[in-house]
Amino acid sequence: MFSLVYLIPIFPILAFAVIVLGANKNNKLSAYLAIGSMVISTVLSWLVILATLADHHIQVEGWSLSFPWMPTGTEIFNMGFAVDGFTAAMLFMVPFVCLLIFIYSAEYMEGDPRYARFFAYVSLFAFGMLTLVVAENLLLLFIAWEIMGLCSYLLIGFWYERESAKKAALKAFLTTRIGDVLLFSGMLILYAQTQTLTFRGIFEPAVLEHLSNTMMWGMPVSVLVSLLVFGGAVGKSAQFPLHVWLPDAMEGPTPVSAMIHAATMVSAGVYLVARMLPLFAVSEIANALPWVAIIGAITAFFGATIGIAQNDIKRVLAYSTISQLGYMMIGLGLGGFLAGIFHLLMHAFFKALLFLGSGSVIHAVEHGAHHVNDHHTDPQDMMNMGGLANKMRKSYYAYLCGTLALVGIFPFAGFWSKDEILAEAWLQWQESGGLGLPFWAWLAGTLGAFVTALYMGRQIGLVFLGQPRTEAAAHAHEPGNRMTIPLLVLAVFAVIGGFFNLPEPFPASGGIHYFAGEIHEFSEAAGLHLEAVPFTLSVALISTIFALGGLALGIVLYKDLKAEQPDPLEQRLGSLFTLLKNKYYIDEFYHQNVVMVVVDLATLCAKFDYDWVINPIVDLVGLIGKGLANISGKFDQVVVDGIGVLGTGKIFSWSGKQLRLTQTGQGQNYVLVLSLTTLALVAVYLIFLL
Amino acid sequence: MVVEQIIFIIISIITLGGGFGVAVTRNLYYAALYLIMALAGMAGFFVLLGAGFLAAVQVVIYIGAIAVLILFTIMLSRRLMTATEPQANAQWWLGGIVATLLFVVLVAVVTRVDWPIAEAEPAADTIVQLGVSFLGSYLIPFEVVSILLLVALVGGVILAREVDKE
Amino acid sequence: MSSVPLSWWLVVATGLFCLGLYVVLSRKSAIAILMGLELLLNAVNINLVAFWRYSTPQEIGGQIFAIFVIVIAAAEAAVALAIIIAAYRQRQTIEVEDFDTMQY
Repeated sequence: MFSLVYLIPIFPILAFAVIVLGANKNNKLSAYLAIGSMVISTVLSWLVILATLADHHIQVEGWSLSFPWMPTGTEIFNMGFAVDGFTAAMLFMVPFVCLLIFIYSAEYMEGDPRYARFFAYVSLFAFGMLTLVVAENLLLLFIAWEIMGLCSYLLIGFWYERESAKKAALKAFLTTRIGDVLLFSGMLILYAQTQTLTFRGIFEPAVLEHLSNTMMWGMPVSVLVSLLVFGGAVGKSAQFPLHVWLPDAMEGPTPVSAMIHAATMVSAGVYLVARMLPLFAVSEIANALPWVAIIGAITAFFGATIGIAQNDIKRVLAYSTISQLGYMMIGLGLGGFLAGIFHLLMHAFFKALLFLGSGSVIHAVEHGAHHVNDHHTDPQDMMNMGGLANKMRKSYYAYLCGTLALVGIFPFAGFWSKDEILAEAWLQWQESGGLGLPFWAWLAGTLGAFVTALYMGRQIGLVFLGQPRTEAAAHAHEPGNRMTIPLLVLAVFAVIGGFFNLPEPFPASGGIHYFAGEIHEFSEAAGLHLEAVPFTLSVALISTIFALGGLALGIVLYKDLKAEQPDPLEQRLGSLFTLLKNKYYIDEFYHQNVVMVVVDLATLCAKFDYDWVINPIVDLVGLIGKGLANISGKFDQVVVDGIGVLGTGKIFSWSGKQLRLTQTGQGQNYVLVLSLTTLALVAVYLIFLL
Repeated sequence: MVVEQIIFIIISIITLGGGFGVAVTRNLYYAALYLIMALAGMAGFFVLLGAGFLAAVQVVIYIGAIAVLILFTIMLSRRLMTATEPQANAQWWLGGIVATLLFVVLVAVVTRVDWPIAEAEPAADTIVQLGVSFLGSYLIPFEVVSILLLVALVGGVILAREVDKE
Repeated sequence: MSSVPLSWWLVVATGLFCLGLYVVLSRKSAIAILMGLELLLNAVNINLVAFWRYSTPQEIGGQIFAIFVIVIAAAEAAVALAIIIAAYRQRQTIEVEDFDTMQY
């Protein structure tokens, strides 16, 4: 059964190939190919999951299939696939969410001239994500990582007629590239130290010990590699300070935002950190985990704060994603492997739901705008919406489920997952005492929860409640089934997902324990928590109060906002609001200090090339060549032509002129010559022979 | 036999003197006469060598025909009989040098070579031998030469006749 | 045996030959050149007969050769003189210098 695992990524890549090679003329066929391949992948994943559930041994020790791939000096580097509990958990979420999003896109992208190409790209992307999840070693993971980066670029810039889309695609690619370089460097150092890149190989106790004891650049190799790998995750998962690409990535079509930038690709960074957690955690001298938590905490709080000042419906969700990924990093950074990946899985469902919901809203407002021949209203600006709850009942309810899940209201999914992370932080704080990292992580998370609820409340109020603020909104209507049904399915998961991993003492607790996987073996010494965190009432109460408070505040402030009224928060917060709206001016800072530096350097190099060195050298060489050619030409003219050719001719004609003087026409001269010759001959005879 | 040598020397002087005269004299007529002198000396040489028939032939043909012919031609080109300007052309000195040198070299060669000398005496009746040879082993050259004479005869007539001005 | 050695004959013949050569080379008049030519031929005849007498007296070949020389000299003189007369008629001169149409 497990050997089917390599088939899971194969079907999407086949769909990609077929669409690219021929089916791209036929829109319907392309959509069917893509959706069909995802159906097959989902089914195969379910089979693998069931097999994993049935076999406890596999959950812990994992199964792998590897084959020799590349000769490297004296050995052969193997490629392979691996399945363990964690993989199974990811395989539950990824194909299913992707399938729902594909179905949604079949209607969302209708009318687009590059409809078939869209499905080719998303199929390729699905291939990348699925390969990442079943990869046995870091190299295959990295290859899949890069494929996803490529698809992200292609899909963000899908509507490449827009200048902003082109720039956003490039920004995304380059920013994540920084992370990729760090990740690759980490891989290189790791391979240099251990001669292996497979997860099983790295997590051998002997190898881990070697890594934690060897020093490089003043720190243990394990810490160095962990920080580098985390660098890759920071890029891919849009953590501070490499978060700047994710909001701009909203230029892509909404299904893309849902799939790549909410559910799957950005969670690849979290997946990587979770996979490599033993390496992060192992060391007696120092380890990298605190850094993960610190960055996560910063990102969680600060991402949320920017979200409350944005007017574009998708941008709010983008900052929300950044913030929630920060929560996952907090969880992992505090050693809570289960907490982190639980939130990862839950977040995928409800964030995808929210994005798809926003897509429905945008579509509805667009249709409404068309209906009234209004082509100027931005369908993504929340200030142009309002009162859509009445027009789009189903979408509204689904969206509401997603909101409640994200905000963390009992008993929705987000409550359980976020709560587990906060509980983890709280308990560590209680254990360690004082105001160390766990305290600050908890505080950031809790305050972040308040802000999260605030912006989601603001969003619900602006979009769905109250009265329409524009004609376009007034004429909006519910989109078709292909868009609504995935929403509803995801809403179901948003509601019940939490029950998969209830903490003690609830019944049916610790479900995710089944999915702990190999980490179990390696984690004991590293102090990772693999049991479900016990339910902490105080944490739950505090976070629920904050969440409800924020939600209520947001809704109350915004639900009755009229068209010309200014933003209430702006009024109350003044310049702080402006700071948040401008994203703390980080983009400008980067532009000034990083981008322009590179541009200046490039200009300098160009000057070097064109003006100062290279071109002058080339010109000089050209001149020398010309000069030599001139000399050569002169030589040719004077010596070869003049002396050689003409000269030879002249010699002959001169000698001819001289010689013809001997033809005097006088017979006596000829006789004289004869006699002379005879004389000479006889003289020779006389001298030499007599 | 000293007598023979003396006779030889005298006849040599005559012959060579005639030759010398041909070379030097300005008057063409006198040159022809010197030639006759040289030719006569030649006949004497032939007698001395025991070729009597040849001496007769020399006198009859060379002196009697060729030299006379030359004299006729000289007289026919009238203006040339009394010319007194130098008869030597531009290259006479070079010709003189070459001739002298050639004489020296040839004499050196000739006196050094060991010529095969036969002890025998010639037959008494050389004329008979001549006659037999002409119609015997040398028949073909004899006939060819007669044709040659015919051709020369005809050619000479044609070449020297007055051209009709038509 | 004759008291005159062969070499004397040959020296005389050589002297006559060189004289004839000098005449051919250095006289202007065509008839003079012809006379020089006759001297050359006579020198050859002396050689022939001398060698006949001293080297092969039994064979008559030497004299035959000399007779042929004389005959041919005669024919040649006749033709040459005819040419000279014809040329004199054309050019009013018999100086070979003036017959230079073969000059370059």
